[in-house]
Amino acid sequence: MDLLPLILRIVICLVFIAVYALVAVYAERKVSAFIQNRLGPMETGPLGLFQTAADILKLLLKEGIIPKDADKILFVAAPIVIFVSVFAGLAAIPFGPDNTGALLNVGLLFIMAIVSVDVIGLLMAGWGSNNKYALLGALRSVSQILSYEIPAGITLLAAVMMYGTLNLHEISLAQGTYSPEPVLFLGIWDVTSIGGVVSWAIFRYPHLIVAYLIYFIASLAECNRAPFDIPEAESELVSGFHLEYSGFRFAIIFLAEYANMFLVGLLAALVFLGGWNTPLPNLGSFALADWTSGEPGTFAGAAWGTLWILLKAFAAVLAHMWIRWTLPRLRVDQLLKMSWKVLTPLAFLLFMISGIVKLLEVYQG
Amino acid sequence: MALQTALFWIFSILGIAGGIGLVINRNPVYSALSLILNFFSLAGLYLSLQAEFLAVIQVLVYAGAIMVLFLFVIMLLNLSDEPRVEGFDIARGASFLLAIGFVAEMLIILKDVVLPSSPEKFTYGKVESIGNLLMTNYLFPFEVISVVLVASLIGAIVIAKKFNY
Repeated sequence: MDLLPLILRIVICLVFIAVYALVAVYAERKVSAFIQNRLGPMETGPLGLFQTAADILKLLLKEGIIPKDADKILFVAAPIVIFVSVFAGLAAIPFGPDNTGALLNVGLLFIMAIVSVDVIGLLMAGWGSNNKYALLGALRSVSQILSYEIPAGITLLAAVMMYGTLNLHEISLAQGTYSPEPVLFLGIWDVTSIGGVVSWAIFRYPHLIVAYLIYFIASLAECNRAPFDIPEAESELVSGFHLEYSGFRFAIIFLAEYANMFLVGLLAALVFLGGWNTPLPNLGSFALADWTSGEPGTFAGAAWGTLWILLKAFAAVLAHMWIRWTLPRLRVDQLLKMSWKVLTPLAFLLFMISGIVKLLEVYQG
Repeated sequence: MALQTALFWIFSILGIAGGIGLVINRNPVYSALSLILNFFSLAGLYLSLQAEFLAVIQVLVYAGAIMVLFLFVIMLLNLSDEPRVEGFDIARGASFLLAIGFVAEMLIILKDVVLPSSPEKFTYGKVESIGNLLMTNYLFPFEVISVVLVASLIGAIVIAKKFNY
Protein backbone atom coordinates (compact mmCIF):
# COMPACT_ATOMS: atom_id res chain seq x y z
CA MET A 1 0.00 0.00 0.00
CA ASP A 2 1.30 3.41 -0.92
CA LEU A 3 1.49 5.82 1.95
CA LEU A 4 1.43 9.02 -0.08
CA PRO A 5 -2.11 8.78 -1.57
CA LEU A 6 -3.32 7.74 1.86
CA ILE A 7 -1.88 10.82 3.54
CA LEU A 8 -3.11 12.99 0.67
CA ARG A 9 -6.64 11.68 1.11
CA ILE A 10 -6.54 12.34 4.86
CA VAL A 11 -5.29 15.89 4.34
CA ILE A 12 -7.90 16.60 1.66
CA CYS A 13 -10.65 15.29 3.95
CA LEU A 14 -9.40 17.37 6.87
CA VAL A 15 -9.20 20.57 4.85
CA PHE A 16 -12.55 19.85 3.27
CA ILE A 17 -14.21 19.31 6.65
CA ALA A 18 -12.75 22.55 7.99
CA VAL A 19 -13.93 24.57 4.99
CA TYR A 20 -17.30 22.81 5.03
CA ALA A 21 -17.78 23.69 8.72
CA LEU A 22 -17.02 27.35 7.97
CA VAL A 23 -19.59 27.41 5.18
CA ALA A 24 -22.10 25.39 7.21
CA VAL A 25 -21.98 27.76 10.18
CA TYR A 26 -22.53 30.68 7.80
CA ALA A 27 -25.37 28.78 6.11
CA GLU A 28 -26.91 27.95 9.46
CA ARG A 29 -26.99 31.64 10.37
CA LYS A 30 -28.45 32.63 7.03
CA VAL A 31 -31.02 29.81 7.12
CA SER A 32 -32.11 30.72 10.64
CA ALA A 33 -32.29 34.38 9.61
CA PHE A 34 -34.41 33.50 6.60
CA ILE A 35 -36.77 31.37 8.69
CA GLN A 36 -37.11 34.07 11.34
CA ASN A 37 -37.44 36.83 8.75
CA ARG A 38 -34.13 38.48 9.59
CA LEU A 39 -31.06 39.24 7.53
CA GLY A 40 -28.42 37.34 9.49
CA PRO A 41 -24.76 38.40 9.41
CA MET A 42 -24.35 41.34 7.02
CA GLU A 43 -21.40 43.40 8.29
CA THR A 44 -18.23 41.36 7.72
CA GLY A 45 -17.57 41.17 4.01
CA PRO A 46 -20.23 41.16 1.28
CA LEU A 47 -23.47 39.69 2.71
CA GLY A 48 -21.52 38.81 5.85
CA LEU A 49 -19.59 36.10 4.01
CA PHE A 50 -16.47 36.43 6.16
CA GLN A 51 -18.34 36.40 9.45
CA THR A 52 -17.60 32.77 10.34
CA ALA A 53 -13.98 33.06 9.24
CA ALA A 54 -13.63 36.04 11.56
CA ASP A 55 -15.32 34.12 14.37
CA ILE A 56 -13.00 31.15 13.98
CA LEU A 57 -10.00 33.46 13.91
CA LYS A 58 -11.23 34.99 17.15
CA LEU A 59 -11.71 31.54 18.70
CA LEU A 60 -8.23 30.42 17.70
CA LEU A 61 -6.61 33.53 19.16
CA LYS A 62 -8.46 33.28 22.45
CA GLU A 63 -6.86 31.88 25.54
CA GLY A 64 -7.65 28.18 26.03
CA ILE A 65 -8.71 28.08 29.66
CA ILE A 66 -8.42 24.84 31.62
CA PRO A 67 -10.40 25.11 34.87
CA LYS A 68 -8.28 24.70 38.00
CA ASP A 69 -10.20 21.72 39.36
CA ALA A 70 -10.68 20.02 36.00
CA ASP A 71 -9.09 16.66 35.26
CA LYS A 72 -6.42 18.03 32.94
CA ILE A 73 -5.69 14.90 30.93
CA LEU A 74 -9.33 14.07 30.21
CA PHE A 75 -10.21 17.71 29.61
CA VAL A 76 -7.52 18.10 26.96
CA ALA A 77 -8.04 14.67 25.37
CA ALA A 78 -11.84 14.81 25.10
CA PRO A 79 -12.18 17.18 22.10
CA ILE A 80 -9.58 15.11 20.24
CA VAL A 81 -11.47 11.86 20.91
CA ILE A 82 -14.73 13.47 19.79
CA PHE A 83 -13.31 14.83 16.57
CA VAL A 84 -11.21 11.80 15.68
CA SER A 85 -14.14 9.42 16.14
CA VAL A 86 -16.25 11.41 13.70
CA PHE A 87 -13.40 12.05 11.28
CA ALA A 88 -12.38 8.38 11.18
CA GLY A 89 -15.86 7.54 9.93
CA LEU A 90 -15.01 9.34 6.67
CA ALA A 91 -12.35 6.72 5.95
CA ALA A 92 -14.93 4.17 4.81
CA ILE A 93 -17.11 6.52 2.75
CA PRO A 94 -16.96 5.95 -1.02
CA PHE A 95 -17.09 9.31 -2.82
CA GLY A 96 -17.38 7.85 -6.28
CA PRO A 97 -17.06 4.68 -8.32
CA ASP A 98 -13.26 4.75 -7.97
CA ASN A 99 -12.63 6.85 -4.89
CA THR A 100 -13.95 4.10 -2.65
CA GLY A 101 -12.11 4.86 0.56
CA ALA A 102 -11.26 1.91 2.77
CA LEU A 103 -12.87 -1.07 1.03
CA LEU A 104 -13.97 -2.73 4.25
CA ASN A 105 -16.47 -5.51 3.72
CA VAL A 106 -18.17 -4.25 6.88
CA GLY A 107 -17.93 -0.55 5.99
CA LEU A 108 -21.37 0.32 7.30
CA LEU A 109 -20.80 -1.36 10.67
CA PHE A 110 -17.40 0.30 10.85
CA ILE A 111 -18.96 3.75 10.59
CA MET A 112 -21.62 2.90 13.16
CA ALA A 113 -18.95 1.58 15.53
CA ILE A 114 -16.47 4.39 15.18
CA VAL A 115 -19.13 7.06 15.56
CA SER A 116 -20.39 5.45 18.76
CA VAL A 117 -16.94 6.12 20.24
CA ASP A 118 -17.91 9.79 20.17
CA VAL A 119 -19.93 9.05 23.32
CA ILE A 120 -16.76 8.25 25.26
CA GLY A 121 -15.38 11.65 24.30
CA LEU A 122 -18.54 13.33 25.54
CA LEU A 123 -18.30 11.54 28.88
CA MET A 124 -14.63 12.46 29.17
CA ALA A 125 -15.45 16.10 28.49
CA GLY A 126 -18.37 16.20 30.90
CA TRP A 127 -16.62 14.43 33.73
CA GLY A 128 -13.23 16.01 33.13
CA SER A 129 -14.69 19.52 33.36
CA ASN A 130 -15.59 18.85 36.99
CA ASN A 131 -18.71 20.95 36.62
CA LYS A 132 -22.14 19.60 37.43
CA TYR A 133 -23.81 21.26 34.47
CA ALA A 134 -21.22 19.85 32.11
CA LEU A 135 -21.60 16.38 33.64
CA LEU A 136 -25.39 16.53 33.44
CA GLY A 137 -25.15 17.66 29.85
CA ALA A 138 -22.82 14.79 29.02
CA LEU A 139 -25.03 12.21 30.75
CA ARG A 140 -28.11 13.47 28.93
CA SER A 141 -26.25 13.48 25.68
CA VAL A 142 -25.01 9.95 26.15
CA SER A 143 -28.38 8.50 27.16
CA GLN A 144 -29.90 10.18 24.14
CA ILE A 145 -27.26 8.98 21.68
CA LEU A 146 -27.38 5.42 23.04
CA SER A 147 -31.17 5.34 22.79
CA TYR A 148 -31.28 6.64 19.26
CA GLU A 149 -28.47 4.42 18.04
CA ILE A 150 -30.87 1.47 18.20
CA PRO A 151 -33.54 2.68 15.74
CA ALA A 152 -30.79 4.14 13.54
CA GLY A 153 -28.91 0.86 13.46
CA ILE A 154 -31.99 -1.30 12.90
CA THR A 155 -33.26 0.85 10.01
CA LEU A 156 -29.83 0.76 8.39
CA LEU A 157 -29.84 -3.02 8.74
CA ALA A 158 -33.35 -3.16 7.23
CA ALA A 159 -31.93 -1.42 4.18
CA VAL A 160 -28.74 -3.45 4.13
CA MET A 161 -30.78 -6.65 4.08
CA MET A 162 -32.03 -5.70 0.63
CA TYR A 163 -28.45 -5.44 -0.71
CA GLY A 164 -26.98 -8.48 1.00
CA THR A 165 -23.71 -6.66 1.68
CA LEU A 166 -22.27 -4.30 4.27
CA ASN A 167 -19.69 -2.96 1.83
CA LEU A 168 -20.64 0.67 1.18
CA HIS A 169 -19.07 0.61 -2.26
CA GLU A 170 -21.18 -2.37 -3.36
CA ILE A 171 -24.24 -0.75 -1.77
CA SER A 172 -23.84 2.36 -3.93
CA LEU A 173 -23.02 0.33 -7.02
CA ALA A 174 -26.28 -1.60 -6.59
CA GLN A 175 -28.32 1.61 -6.83
CA GLY A 176 -27.44 2.86 -10.30
CA THR A 177 -26.79 2.11 -13.92
CA TYR A 178 -23.39 0.51 -13.18
CA SER A 179 -24.92 -2.18 -11.00
CA PRO A 180 -23.42 -5.61 -11.75
CA GLU A 181 -26.80 -7.21 -11.01
CA PRO A 182 -30.19 -6.27 -12.48
CA VAL A 183 -31.86 -3.44 -10.56
CA LEU A 184 -35.51 -4.30 -10.02
CA PHE A 185 -38.08 -1.64 -9.17
CA LEU A 186 -40.66 -3.14 -6.76
CA GLY A 187 -39.23 -6.53 -7.63
CA ILE A 188 -40.75 -6.70 -11.12
CA TRP A 189 -39.54 -3.89 -13.36
CA ASP A 190 -35.92 -4.01 -14.52
CA VAL A 191 -34.59 -0.44 -14.32
CA THR A 192 -30.88 -1.21 -14.66
CA SER A 193 -30.56 0.81 -17.85
CA ILE A 194 -32.83 3.61 -16.62
CA GLY A 195 -31.07 4.44 -13.35
CA GLY A 196 -31.80 7.66 -11.54
CA VAL A 197 -34.22 7.90 -8.64
CA VAL A 198 -36.12 4.74 -9.57
CA SER A 199 -33.06 2.66 -8.81
CA TRP A 200 -32.55 4.20 -5.35
CA ALA A 201 -33.24 1.90 -2.46
CA ILE A 202 -36.05 3.95 -0.97
CA PHE A 203 -38.06 3.88 -4.19
CA ARG A 204 -37.33 0.31 -5.16
CA TYR A 205 -38.52 -0.86 -1.76
CA PRO A 206 -41.09 1.72 -0.62
CA HIS A 207 -41.10 0.54 3.01
CA LEU A 208 -37.60 1.99 3.19
CA ILE A 209 -39.08 5.49 2.89
CA VAL A 210 -40.30 5.04 6.46
CA ALA A 211 -36.93 3.55 7.37
CA TYR A 212 -35.21 6.61 5.95
CA LEU A 213 -37.45 8.95 7.95
CA ILE A 214 -36.71 7.03 11.15
CA TYR A 215 -33.00 7.10 10.38
CA PHE A 216 -33.18 10.83 9.73
CA ILE A 217 -34.93 11.51 13.05
CA ALA A 218 -32.47 9.31 14.90
CA SER A 219 -29.54 11.00 13.20
CA LEU A 220 -30.82 14.38 14.37
CA ALA A 221 -30.72 13.02 17.91
CA GLU A 222 -27.27 11.52 17.43
CA CYS A 223 -25.91 14.88 16.33
CA ASN A 224 -27.57 16.54 19.36
CA ARG A 225 -29.48 18.78 17.02
CA ALA A 226 -32.85 20.38 17.71
CA PRO A 227 -35.53 19.19 18.42
CA PHE A 228 -33.25 16.80 20.33
CA ASP A 229 -30.77 19.32 21.73
CA ILE A 230 -31.57 18.57 25.37
CA PRO A 231 -27.84 18.17 26.11
CA GLU A 232 -27.37 21.82 25.23
CA ALA A 233 -30.67 23.13 26.55
CA GLU A 234 -29.54 26.71 27.12
CA SER A 235 -32.23 27.54 29.61
CA GLU A 236 -31.46 24.66 31.99
CA LEU A 237 -27.90 23.57 31.42
CA VAL A 238 -26.07 26.70 30.23
CA SER A 239 -24.53 24.90 27.26
CA GLY A 240 -24.15 21.20 27.87
CA PHE A 241 -21.03 19.09 28.06
CA HIS A 242 -18.78 21.69 26.43
CA LEU A 243 -19.62 24.34 28.99
CA GLU A 244 -16.04 24.76 30.24
CA TYR A 245 -14.39 24.70 26.84
CA SER A 246 -13.03 27.82 25.21
CA GLY A 247 -10.79 28.84 22.36
CA PHE A 248 -9.28 26.20 20.14
CA ARG A 249 -10.76 23.23 22.02
CA PHE A 250 -14.24 24.65 21.70
CA ALA A 251 -13.63 25.14 17.99
CA ILE A 252 -12.72 21.46 17.66
CA ILE A 253 -15.90 20.34 19.44
CA PHE A 254 -17.91 22.58 17.15
CA LEU A 255 -16.11 21.22 14.11
CA ALA A 256 -16.89 17.67 15.25
CA GLU A 257 -20.57 18.51 15.60
CA TYR A 258 -20.79 19.82 12.06
CA ALA A 259 -18.66 16.96 10.74
CA ASN A 260 -21.05 14.54 12.42
CA MET A 261 -24.03 16.10 10.63
CA PHE A 262 -22.15 15.73 7.36
CA LEU A 263 -21.24 12.11 8.11
CA VAL A 264 -24.78 11.00 8.93
CA GLY A 265 -25.92 12.81 5.78
CA LEU A 266 -23.34 10.89 3.74
CA LEU A 267 -24.32 7.59 5.32
CA ALA A 268 -28.03 8.15 4.68
CA ALA A 269 -27.24 9.13 1.09
CA LEU A 270 -25.18 5.99 0.60
CA VAL A 271 -27.63 3.52 2.06
CA PHE A 272 -31.00 5.02 1.12
CA LEU A 273 -30.52 7.68 -1.55
CA GLY A 274 -28.49 5.99 -4.24
CA GLY A 275 -24.96 6.75 -3.02
CA TRP A 276 -22.91 8.59 -5.61
CA ASN A 277 -25.39 7.79 -8.38
CA THR A 278 -27.21 10.49 -10.27
CA PRO A 279 -30.84 11.21 -9.36
CA LEU A 280 -31.79 11.80 -13.02
CA PRO A 281 -33.15 8.77 -14.91
CA ASN A 282 -32.67 7.87 -18.58
CA LEU A 283 -35.91 8.83 -20.31
CA GLY A 284 -35.92 7.40 -23.82
CA SER A 285 -33.64 9.54 -25.99
CA PHE A 286 -33.01 11.93 -23.06
CA ALA A 287 -30.28 9.85 -21.43
CA LEU A 288 -30.13 12.13 -18.41
CA ALA A 289 -28.55 9.47 -16.20
CA ASP A 290 -25.78 8.79 -18.70
CA TRP A 291 -25.20 12.52 -19.25
CA THR A 292 -24.83 13.23 -15.54
CA SER A 293 -22.54 10.36 -14.60
CA GLY A 294 -19.29 9.01 -15.96
CA GLU A 295 -17.95 5.52 -16.52
CA PRO A 296 -16.09 4.11 -13.52
CA GLY A 297 -12.40 4.63 -14.07
CA THR A 298 -12.75 7.94 -15.89
CA PHE A 299 -12.31 11.43 -14.50
CA ALA A 300 -15.94 12.22 -15.33
CA GLY A 301 -17.08 9.27 -13.24
CA ALA A 302 -15.12 10.44 -10.22
CA ALA A 303 -16.23 14.07 -10.61
CA TRP A 304 -19.94 13.33 -11.06
CA GLY A 305 -19.88 10.79 -8.24
CA THR A 306 -18.30 13.24 -5.81
CA LEU A 307 -20.69 15.99 -6.88
CA TRP A 308 -23.82 13.90 -6.38
CA ILE A 309 -22.91 12.42 -3.03
CA LEU A 310 -21.81 15.80 -1.68
CA LEU A 311 -25.04 17.40 -2.90
CA LYS A 312 -27.08 14.68 -1.19
CA ALA A 313 -25.15 15.06 2.07
CA PHE A 314 -25.48 18.85 1.96
CA ALA A 315 -29.21 18.52 1.38
CA ALA A 316 -29.40 16.43 4.55
CA VAL A 317 -27.38 19.05 6.48
CA LEU A 318 -29.69 21.76 5.19
CA ALA A 319 -32.70 19.75 6.33
CA HIS A 320 -31.09 19.45 9.78
CA MET A 321 -30.82 23.24 9.93
CA TRP A 322 -34.33 23.77 8.63
CA ILE A 323 -35.73 21.48 11.35
CA ARG A 324 -33.63 23.09 14.05
CA TRP A 325 -35.08 26.52 13.39
CA THR A 326 -38.65 25.31 12.92
CA LEU A 327 -39.43 22.85 15.70
CA PRO A 328 -39.41 23.41 19.47
CA ARG A 329 -37.28 21.27 21.75
CA LEU A 330 -38.62 17.97 23.15
CA ARG A 331 -38.64 17.33 26.87
CA VAL A 332 -36.33 14.60 28.19
CA ASP A 333 -39.09 12.09 28.90
CA GLN A 334 -40.76 12.79 25.56
CA LEU A 335 -37.43 12.31 23.86
CA LEU A 336 -36.75 8.91 25.39
CA LYS A 337 -40.36 7.83 24.91
CA MET A 338 -40.08 8.79 21.26
CA SER A 339 -37.05 6.58 20.81
CA TRP A 340 -38.12 3.52 22.79
CA LYS A 341 -41.87 3.45 22.24
CA VAL A 342 -42.24 4.83 18.73
CA LEU A 343 -39.09 4.63 16.65
CA THR A 344 -37.62 1.36 17.92
CA PRO A 345 -40.79 -0.78 17.46
CA LEU A 346 -41.35 0.81 14.04
CA ALA A 347 -37.76 0.08 13.09
CA PHE A 348 -38.17 -3.56 14.09
CA LEU A 349 -41.39 -3.77 12.06
CA LEU A 350 -39.54 -2.47 9.00
CA PHE A 351 -36.76 -4.93 9.71
CA MET A 352 -39.32 -7.76 9.58
CA ILE A 353 -40.86 -6.40 6.36
CA SER A 354 -37.39 -6.33 4.82
CA GLY A 355 -36.91 -9.94 5.81
CA ILE A 356 -40.22 -10.99 4.25
CA VAL A 357 -39.48 -9.10 1.04
CA LYS A 358 -36.07 -10.74 0.82
CA LEU A 359 -37.59 -14.18 1.37
CA LEU A 360 -40.12 -13.55 -1.41
CA GLU A 361 -37.29 -12.46 -3.72
CA VAL A 362 -35.32 -15.60 -2.94
CA TYR A 363 -38.26 -17.91 -3.57
CA GLN A 364 -39.26 -16.18 -6.80
CA GLY A 365 -35.85 -15.99 -8.37
CA MET B 1 3.98 -5.05 4.76
CA ALA B 2 6.19 -2.66 6.68
CA LEU B 3 3.13 -0.59 7.50
CA GLN B 4 1.37 -3.67 8.85
CA THR B 5 4.31 -4.60 11.04
CA ALA B 6 4.51 -1.06 12.36
CA LEU B 7 0.78 -1.09 13.12
CA PHE B 8 1.13 -4.44 14.85
CA TRP B 9 3.77 -3.04 17.19
CA ILE B 10 1.82 0.16 17.82
CA PHE B 11 -1.37 -1.73 18.65
CA SER B 12 0.45 -4.31 20.77
CA ILE B 13 2.22 -1.68 22.86
CA LEU B 14 -0.96 0.37 23.23
CA GLY B 15 -2.92 -2.73 24.19
CA ILE B 16 -0.42 -3.76 26.86
CA ALA B 17 -0.24 -0.18 28.11
CA GLY B 18 -4.03 -0.16 28.38
CA GLY B 19 -3.98 -3.43 30.29
CA ILE B 20 -1.35 -2.21 32.74
CA GLY B 21 -3.12 1.12 33.10
CA LEU B 22 -6.34 -0.71 33.96
CA VAL B 23 -4.68 -2.51 36.85
CA ILE B 24 -2.43 0.16 38.35
CA ASN B 25 -4.69 3.22 38.13
CA ARG B 26 -6.37 4.10 41.42
CA ASN B 27 -9.00 6.26 39.76
CA PRO B 28 -11.84 4.06 38.41
CA VAL B 29 -12.49 6.43 35.50
CA TYR B 30 -8.90 6.12 34.33
CA SER B 31 -9.08 2.35 34.72
CA ALA B 32 -12.18 2.19 32.54
CA LEU B 33 -10.60 4.44 29.92
CA SER B 34 -7.47 2.25 29.90
CA LEU B 35 -9.70 -0.75 29.27
CA ILE B 36 -11.23 1.08 26.30
CA LEU B 37 -7.72 1.72 24.96
CA ASN B 38 -7.01 -1.98 25.34
CA PHE B 39 -10.20 -2.95 23.46
CA PHE B 40 -9.32 -0.55 20.68
CA SER B 41 -5.85 -1.95 20.25
CA LEU B 42 -7.31 -5.43 20.15
CA ALA B 43 -9.70 -4.30 17.42
CA GLY B 44 -6.72 -2.91 15.52
CA LEU B 45 -4.96 -6.27 15.78
CA TYR B 46 -8.09 -8.06 14.53
CA LEU B 47 -8.17 -5.68 11.56
CA SER B 48 -4.59 -6.51 10.65
CA LEU B 49 -5.60 -10.21 10.73
CA GLN B 50 -8.33 -9.48 8.12
CA ALA B 51 -10.99 -10.18 10.74
CA GLU B 52 -12.91 -7.01 9.95
CA PHE B 53 -16.22 -8.09 11.40
CA LEU B 54 -14.64 -9.14 14.66
CA ALA B 55 -12.77 -5.82 14.89
CA VAL B 56 -15.88 -3.75 14.27
CA ILE B 57 -17.97 -5.74 16.73
CA GLN B 58 -15.21 -5.38 19.30
CA VAL B 59 -15.47 -1.59 19.03
CA LEU B 60 -19.26 -1.49 18.67
CA VAL B 61 -20.11 -3.80 21.55
CA TYR B 62 -17.26 -3.41 24.03
CA ALA B 63 -15.83 0.06 23.51
CA GLY B 64 -19.05 1.64 22.27
CA ALA B 65 -21.71 0.08 24.46
CA ILE B 66 -20.47 -1.87 27.47
CA MET B 67 -17.66 0.48 28.43
CA VAL B 68 -19.93 3.50 28.01
CA LEU B 69 -22.30 1.94 30.54
CA PHE B 70 -19.35 1.27 32.86
CA LEU B 71 -18.20 4.87 32.58
CA PHE B 72 -21.75 6.08 33.03
CA VAL B 73 -22.14 4.20 36.30
CA ILE B 74 -18.69 5.18 37.58
CA MET B 75 -19.35 8.84 36.86
CA LEU B 76 -22.84 8.77 38.36
CA LEU B 77 -21.58 7.16 41.57
CA ASN B 78 -18.62 9.57 41.57
CA LEU B 79 -16.32 6.94 43.06
CA SER B 80 -13.22 8.14 44.83
CA ASP B 81 -9.76 6.66 44.35
CA GLU B 82 -9.25 3.09 45.46
CA PRO B 83 -7.51 2.98 48.84
CA ARG B 84 -4.10 1.37 48.95
CA VAL B 85 -4.14 -1.99 50.70
CA GLU B 86 -1.46 -2.22 53.36
CA GLY B 87 0.18 -5.46 54.38
CA PHE B 88 -0.89 -8.93 53.35
CA ASP B 89 -4.37 -10.41 53.50
CA ILE B 90 -6.09 -13.50 52.13
CA ALA B 91 -7.70 -11.74 49.15
CA ARG B 92 -4.34 -10.38 48.07
CA GLY B 93 -2.62 -13.72 48.39
CA ALA B 94 -5.38 -15.52 46.54
CA SER B 95 -5.37 -13.06 43.63
CA PHE B 96 -1.57 -13.30 43.47
CA LEU B 97 -1.73 -17.09 43.22
CA LEU B 98 -4.52 -16.86 40.66
CA ALA B 99 -2.51 -14.46 38.50
CA ILE B 100 0.55 -16.73 38.62
CA GLY B 101 -1.60 -19.74 37.73
CA PHE B 102 -3.12 -17.90 34.80
CA VAL B 103 0.25 -16.82 33.42
CA ALA B 104 1.54 -20.39 33.76
CA GLU B 105 -1.50 -21.73 31.94
CA MET B 106 -1.05 -19.23 29.09
CA LEU B 107 2.62 -20.16 28.77
CA ILE B 108 1.84 -23.87 28.64
CA ILE B 109 -0.78 -23.37 25.93
CA LEU B 110 1.22 -20.89 23.87
CA LYS B 111 4.27 -23.19 23.92
CA ASP B 112 2.59 -25.65 21.53
CA VAL B 113 0.92 -23.14 19.21
CA VAL B 114 2.09 -23.29 15.61
CA LEU B 115 1.83 -19.82 14.10
CA PRO B 116 0.26 -19.70 10.61
CA SER B 117 2.53 -18.29 7.94
CA SER B 118 0.13 -15.72 6.48
CA PRO B 119 -3.13 -14.36 7.90
CA GLU B 120 -4.68 -13.68 4.46
CA LYS B 121 -5.81 -17.28 4.08
CA PHE B 122 -8.14 -17.14 7.01
CA THR B 123 -11.67 -15.95 6.49
CA TYR B 124 -13.38 -16.83 9.74
CA GLY B 125 -13.39 -13.24 10.99
CA LYS B 126 -15.44 -12.02 8.04
CA VAL B 127 -19.14 -11.33 8.19
CA GLU B 128 -20.07 -13.94 5.56
CA SER B 129 -18.31 -16.81 7.27
CA ILE B 130 -19.68 -15.92 10.70
CA GLY B 131 -23.18 -15.63 9.26
CA ASN B 132 -22.85 -18.96 7.47
CA LEU B 133 -21.65 -20.71 10.60
CA LEU B 134 -24.41 -19.21 12.73
CA MET B 135 -27.08 -20.27 10.28
CA THR B 136 -25.77 -23.80 9.66
CA ASN B 137 -23.57 -25.53 12.26
CA TYR B 138 -24.54 -23.38 15.20
CA LEU B 139 -28.18 -22.64 14.39
CA PHE B 140 -29.55 -24.29 17.51
CA PRO B 141 -27.21 -22.61 20.03
CA PHE B 142 -27.79 -19.32 18.20
CA GLU B 143 -31.56 -19.62 18.62
CA VAL B 144 -31.21 -20.67 22.25
CA ILE B 145 -29.03 -17.63 22.92
CA SER B 146 -31.65 -15.36 21.35
CA VAL B 147 -34.31 -16.80 23.64
CA VAL B 148 -32.04 -16.36 26.67
CA LEU B 149 -31.33 -12.76 25.64
CA VAL B 150 -35.02 -11.95 25.26
CA ALA B 151 -35.74 -13.56 28.62
CA SER B 152 -33.02 -11.49 30.28
CA LEU B 153 -34.34 -8.31 28.64
CA ILE B 154 -37.83 -9.00 29.93
CA GLY B 155 -36.41 -9.88 33.33
CA ALA B 156 -34.53 -6.58 33.49
CA ILE B 157 -37.69 -4.65 32.66
CA VAL B 158 -39.76 -6.56 35.22
CA ILE B 159 -37.17 -5.92 37.94
CA ALA B 160 -36.77 -2.26 37.03
CA LYS B 161 -40.46 -1.52 36.74
CA LYS B 162 -42.39 -0.69 39.93
CA PHE B 163 -45.70 -2.47 39.88
CA ASN B 164 -48.51 -0.79 41.79
CA TYR B 165 -50.86 -3.45 42.99
